[in-house]
Amino acid sequence: MKGIGVSSGIAIGYVLKKEETVQKIERKTIEHSGAEMKRLNEARQTSTAQLDQIIQKMQQENRDEEAQIFEAHKMLVGDDIFFGEVEQMILKEKVNAEWALQVITDAYIKQFASFEDEYLRERQADLVDIRNRITKILLGIEEKEPDAVSDEMVIVAKDLAPSDFAKMDLSKIIGFVTEKGSKTSHVSIMARSYGVPAVVGVEAIFTKVKNGDAIIIDGEAGTVLLNPTAAELDTYQRKQQKLQEFNTRLQALKDRETCSLDGKKFTIAANISGPQDVDAVLANGGEGIGLYRTEFLFLDRDSFPSEEEQFTVYKSVVEKMKGKPVVFRTLDVGGDKELPYLDIPPEDNPFLGFRAIRICLANQELFRTQLRALLRASKYGNLKIMFPMISSLEELRAAKAQLKAVSAELEKENIDFAEDIEVGMMVEVPAAAMIAEIFAKEVDFFSIGTNDLIQYTTAVDRGNQRIAHLYTEYHPALFRLIQRIVDAAHQEDIWVGICGEAAANPRLAPIYAAMGVDELSVDSKSILKIRWMLNNSSCLEMEKVIAQIMEMPTAEEIEAYLHKLNERIELG
Amino acid sequence: MVSMTVTLNNKSGLHARPASLFTKEAAKYQAAVKVIKDGQEYNAKSILSVLSMGAAQGTELTITAEGEDEEQALKALKELFDQNFGE
Repeated sequence: MKGIGVSSGIAIGYVLKKEETVQKIERKTIEHSGAEMKRLNEARQTSTAQLDQIIQKMQQENRDEEAQIFEAHKMLVGDDIFFGEVEQMILKEKVNAEWALQVITDAYIKQFASFEDEYLRERQADLVDIRNRITKILLGIEEKEPDAVSDEMVIVAKDLAPSDFAKMDLSKIIGFVTEKGSKTSHVSIMARSYGVPAVVGVEAIFTKVKNGDAIIIDGEAGTVLLNPTAAELDTYQRKQQKLQEFNTRLQALKDRETCSLDGKKFTIAANISGPQDVDAVLANGGEGIGLYRTEFLFLDRDSFPSEEEQFTVYKSVVEKMKGKPVVFRTLDVGGDKELPYLDIPPEDNPFLGFRAIRICLANQELFRTQLRALLRASKYGNLKIMFPMISSLEELRAAKAQLKAVSAELEKENIDFAEDIEVGMMVEVPAAAMIAEIFAKEVDFFSIGTNDLIQYTTAVDRGNQRIAHLYTEYHPALFRLIQRIVDAAHQEDIWVGICGEAAANPRLAPIYAAMGVDELSVDSKSILKIRWMLNNSSCLEMEKVIAQIMEMPTAEEIEAYLHKLNERIELG
Repeated sequence: MVSMTVTLNNKSGLHARPASLFTKEAAKYQAAVKVIKDGQEYNAKSILSVLSMGAAQGTELTITAEGEDEEQALKALKELFDQNFGE
């Protein structure tokens, strides 16, 4: 089977199907409350027995830490006072047990979600988990234990949300395969950042596999093999080994600078979604963070993070980076990233709609809270601020005015923050690219967001599978736009980076470098590979290549040309 | 009814393990045991209730007990706090 390879590497393991667990609970009126309470109590007993089994199994396997999690679940199931509240509701409102359980747990979940303490906040996941367990028993849905298959599992799902990743025990998961998704959907970004191979867009695979089926996935080529033959297994094991050898060579570049064969220096920075990603940046020799997607702090919760919470998180990131630059992109939601508590009605064209800086400029308090937290964190490291989705100078000026107002506010309150914080913008809207020379006079840096720039330039929705083949970073228009942005930046002596997915494409990175891009910001796992590519290319030579590309009329020709060109230096 | 005020000194606050120790101890007694934080009352015998206080290190808590063995209950709970929940 074939899909789109979105995170490279080879995984050889066993299938674990991720069923969609979302169930809609209906409110029903129950006449015999007594019987309903009995049903609830039986479900509690069954779930306790299930948990006992899990705990016992984990202890036998010396997985004490995981056993403790389920011990805690058992305590929650045994909480008579909590279940007393559920029973009260069944009795008073004459409703079904599932409904009462849902309503009462939701109230607690909301409370947990509001905690500043990350650990306590995360306990809401435990609550959801036990609620689902009991609900499934009540509804007679059979519970499949997550560790049913093996220690080397490839998750097969119709689709995976970012929050699904948060709950997975990655130590046993060696790959992902989904039916939906594209190169830039969250599954792909997450898989790359965890360094796990992934293939998306594999049609109808979910119904074709069983739990425990042997599976091989090649995250580079997008190949999926079910129940492989001995010969296939042998081929892929060898391929896997070759990859590992190359990785060993890359490790040697960890503490080295990035410098082309003809002596031009570059910065390779990393893209992160939160403090949990910082260790990987440093471990892979990242020279900074070129894109901190702050929206991840806002996702998967019920209310806005407070200024204090944001400050604590931002501070921890700049401190950990010890003076290396960190570019914070202000809240970029809307489009495919919804915030349930920010009540935005559905739109016909979310990617052309109310999103990113447009939301922030319309919600002053939300925007200012984030800017305050950022300014306060600025004195703990090297912090830069970047605004997303800027399409007009008015927007940039309005955003900068807010920043200025917040600075004045902090000064008045005698709160310290760094002077001369660099302020930049994403160039990801073609209109902004076309007037880059105007913007360059009013910002300290540009960061080219290729994902959206491609999407908006080619009018291709990157999540739409039927037109996915039209989404290409090799489109001749892209090279022209990027060259234009870079030239505009350098004319005004500001630096320019690329933080989109294309920066991590080993065929394109040397081209961008030769075009004059100062910084490439990539997922942590790609840092060393891109450094290796740049160290082994010459800008002078690449300039000739660029001249060739600019003559080529189609994306197909450019891609084929670059593919051929790089065969000699690409990993083999 | 008897009551006392304590400060949470252990590093992690009333997290899973300390919270469960606390709940288990409180459940040993007949007396009704309540925790008051920021004016709000929580049931000391419910793990969920205790966790939902979101009590971090340094939080001041008032604990009350009412019933036949109220004195013993408070004494036992005080010990847990004094020993920082064995951390």
